[in-house]
Amino acid sequence: MLNGVAAGSGYALMGIAMVIIYKTSEVVNFAQGEMALASVFFTYLILQNYGIPFVYAMPLAALFAVFVGCVLEFAVLRRARRQTTLGMIIVTIGLEMILMGLVSWKFGADHKVMPFPITEFDSIWLGGFYVTTLEAVTFSVVWAVMLGLFVFYRYTRLGLIMKATQQNRSAAKLMGVRTNRVLMFTWGLSSLVGCIAGLLLAPRSMEPFMMWDPMLKGFAGAVVGGMTSIPGAVFGAYFIGVVENLFGRYASMEFKSAVAFALIVIVLCVKPSGIFSRHYVKKV
Amino acid sequence: MDMERDHYEDVAFFTSRLGVFWFVILASGLLLFPFIASNYLKTYYIYVANCIAVNVIAAIGLNLLVGCTGQISLGHAGFFAAGAYATAALTGKLGAPFLPALLIAASLSALLGFLLGLPALRLEGPYLSIATLGFGLTITQIIGKIQYLGARQGLHAPDLVIGPFNLNSDAEKYYLFAAMAFAACLFARNLMKTRVGRAFIAIRDSDVAASTMGVNLMIYKTLAFAVSAFFAGLAGGLYAFVLGYIQPDTFNLLMSIMFLAMIVVGGLGSISGAVAGAVLLTWLDLTLRNVLDVPVLGDWLKSLSQSYFSITGVSNIQYIVFGSIMVLIMLFEPLGLHGIWLRTRQYWKARSDRGRRG
Repeated sequence: MLNGVAAGSGYALMGIAMVIIYKTSEVVNFAQGEMALASVFFTYLILQNYGIPFVYAMPLAALFAVFVGCVLEFAVLRRARRQTTLGMIIVTIGLEMILMGLVSWKFGADHKVMPFPITEFDSIWLGGFYVTTLEAVTFSVVWAVMLGLFVFYRYTRLGLIMKATQQNRSAAKLMGVRTNRVLMFTWGLSSLVGCIAGLLLAPRSMEPFMMWDPMLKGFAGAVVGGMTSIPGAVFGAYFIGVVENLFGRYASMEFKSAVAFALIVIVLCVKPSGIFSRHYVKKV
Repeated sequence: MDMERDHYEDVAFFTSRLGVFWFVILASGLLLFPFIASNYLKTYYIYVANCIAVNVIAAIGLNLLVGCTGQISLGHAGFFAAGAYATAALTGKLGAPFLPALLIAASLSALLGFLLGLPALRLEGPYLSIATLGFGLTITQIIGKIQYLGARQGLHAPDLVIGPFNLNSDAEKYYLFAAMAFAACLFARNLMKTRVGRAFIAIRDSDVAASTMGVNLMIYKTLAFAVSAFFAGLAGGLYAFVLGYIQPDTFNLLMSIMFLAMIVVGGLGSISGAVAGAVLLTWLDLTLRNVLDVPVLGDWLKSLSQSYFSITGVSNIQYIVFGSIMVLIMLFEPLGLHGIWLRTRQYWKARSDRGRRG
């Protein structure tokens, strides 16, 4: 159960990142995991090769993540806006392959060890059971990010603008909102959240394929939650994390991640648009 | 487009003398290919041609689903794996003859496609893509756990025997595979000109409108999944014999993405496009795996990798190339190679018309 919550936290951050983009631009971003991967390896590079202290490396990594997101939006997604859903999926899968190719070309396929102050072996006593520090940090970061995003969307001007863009892009444009810039910022923000997820996963294992699984599970969680709601994505991600760990513990370790996907298909059969979103009937 | 007066003109195989001429050229080229390859090139190219034939079948099947019916599938490697394992197990473990085994395996795959098509009735967009993706990942995991199918170690395909013929060499297999690929093209082409094919296209353009016109969505959507999975299963069955040895990790998510990339690069909804995309990407895939052996470019990449990148990761260049191709095609030519061909033809036609008039 606890392991499930811990795994779910990582998925939840990836899910949030995907929801941020999907909400505003209706693009399923398959490149999310690899955007995070690029930021993680950038952090590794500056920590390891240039010896920049940890305190400065984190803001640099965040800046880099925002930069990657903005550049991708500006260079590619903006040019491909008239595409169908399938077209956008293809574009983001293409981006994902480019990023993964670049990272694994640069760093090779072998495992790396992230010079991180928290390892997965430290643990803290938390009223009745031990939790590894990393898990505790991840868990609190998820809630901090969720709270931060809630406040951001609810109380800031930019958040309001983003919601307006999402609801009706041309109306927002007529009201003087620079929608292109908003979308670019959305990608930056999402990339930042993904980067946090990547950095928290990196101490466990660090190699070019490390983001595949969290990204897919995060995406699956977001889909279960309804793809447009951030609390829904978090709920979905924890749901998947807990279910697969309970199943792995009590039924069969071998089909652990298979059961997660089987469950999604069942959930989607009952609620085709996820649990937390209304099902829109298509107008002709 | 000329006026067509009856259905038989629409389904006619050759529309002009020129068509017959090019078909004869193409057919003789395909027939002579093993001789040319073994005498003037490396025999390795026959193996490449076999891989291409297999991928052509899978791409055409996926194109029927994605390009013609408008449903997304990120799980075609699952159907492919089911076909491959079923064929290899039926012929190798149970001693069934090849062709019936292949058909049974493809039908099994079609059944899986039908089952996946059922939830797909209610899903679309991102929801459908995650459901199919999950299916593709799940099925290889399940296969990887079954001891009878060799689990993680994989499974050896037996010798390919059809009746009295024992197809050992790549060149002998080539004829079988090329014939299969040709039959698959023909079947898909004719399918799209029947009531079923038109129903698929109507669903792609608007499923609500299609169902108001009396197209039964439940039947035709599941049918599209089943037919597409049948093709994938067929291709998988042949692929087991191309490699001679299969293991679950072969059929990963990347393979599904490759199939999708083939039809996107070739041009969604067009059969010749799917063939072109499969040929181009399969060849690129096999070439880029050993990119350092390519003359000139290989040496340059080697020195570039040593100074700026890592030499162990150099094979990952293929991801960069594939990714760039996918992105660029989507940005600049959404109809893919088929679109380029259409535009070239249009250009020359317009030119010759002008010449005639002026």
